[in-house]
Amino acid sequence: MADLSSAPVPPPGPDDHVRGEGDMAIVYADLGCPRCAAAWADQSGRPGRIAFRHFPVASKHPRSPALHAAAEAAGLQGRFFAMVDSLYSDRGRVDDPHLWERVERLGLDLDRFEADRRSAAVAARVRRDFESGIRAGVAATPAIFEVG
Amino acid sequence: MIAAGQPAPDFTLRDQDGEEVSLKDFKGGKVLLIFYPFDFSPTCSDQLSLYQEVKPEIEEKGVTMLGVSVDSPYAHKAFQEKLGIDTRLLSDFEPKGSVSRAYGSYLDAIGMSNRTLVLVDEDGTVAWAYESPNPGEFPSANVIFDALA
Repeated sequence: MADLSSAPVPPPGPDDHVRGEGDMAIVYADLGCPRCAAAWADQSGRPGRIAFRHFPVASKHPRSPALHAAAEAAGLQGRFFAMVDSLYSDRGRVDDPHLWERVERLGLDLDRFEADRRSAAVAARVRRDFESGIRAGVAATPAIFEVG
Repeated sequence: MIAAGQPAPDFTLRDQDGEEVSLKDFKGGKVLLIFYPFDFSPTCSDQLSLYQEVKPEIEEKGVTMLGVSVDSPYAHKAFQEKLGIDTRLLSDFEPKGSVSRAYGSYLDAIGMSNRTLVLVDEDGTVAWAYESPNPGEFPSANVIFDALA
């Protein structure tokens, strides 16, 4: 079992999902969370870099684990933020057929997406972010840490 | 609020299924009492949902989590089902808040428990206690793991 005692927010690393230019903020977000979706829409177009970290709370948003796995699987085909943007902008369509529509629209390989989103590696990647958030004291989403 | 080193007051309350639960039932193991204001409140929902995510890690350390609020067992059952959690929720309903008072968590002016965490060790002594600055805030799970370290 992981150590979940207090620790600083891990600094951005090479496998973080980052986009934008300039000062960076690390965002722990839940893809099933309406507050996160509102914040995501609000920040679109603003300057600065964002590192997105997974923080799915399944009992609060039962579909969240599947959505985070889908985003991570899309990321393995280079379209992480395209999937995140799509999921947040159309929160009423997040069942599997809706994910497959997104896969097609984003030009992803569906078979690979399906295998990846159910893989242990993707689950571990999502959980790693979640645990780092717990250790950093994240209690609710979105949680934003400015790192400059 | 009760302090580390004090004996944890024993109690018997009914859980969400109407079953009696006593603190002494858990002697020999650790218990984390999670006092919270109300079933269905937004912050309580967030808190119990978050703790559910790390419940296996907490249990791995030999700790049983028990939620306590002044709500009835029926409300607890509905709340538990709504959240999809399996933490047992104890009803401190009548006399209202008596267990919460015994642990120094009750807020008389509001008629509810404050948001308080109490870790009881294997021999029934309070090992650690934490009270939120106000009921609108709850600690992330890292403070629980710090206490268990």
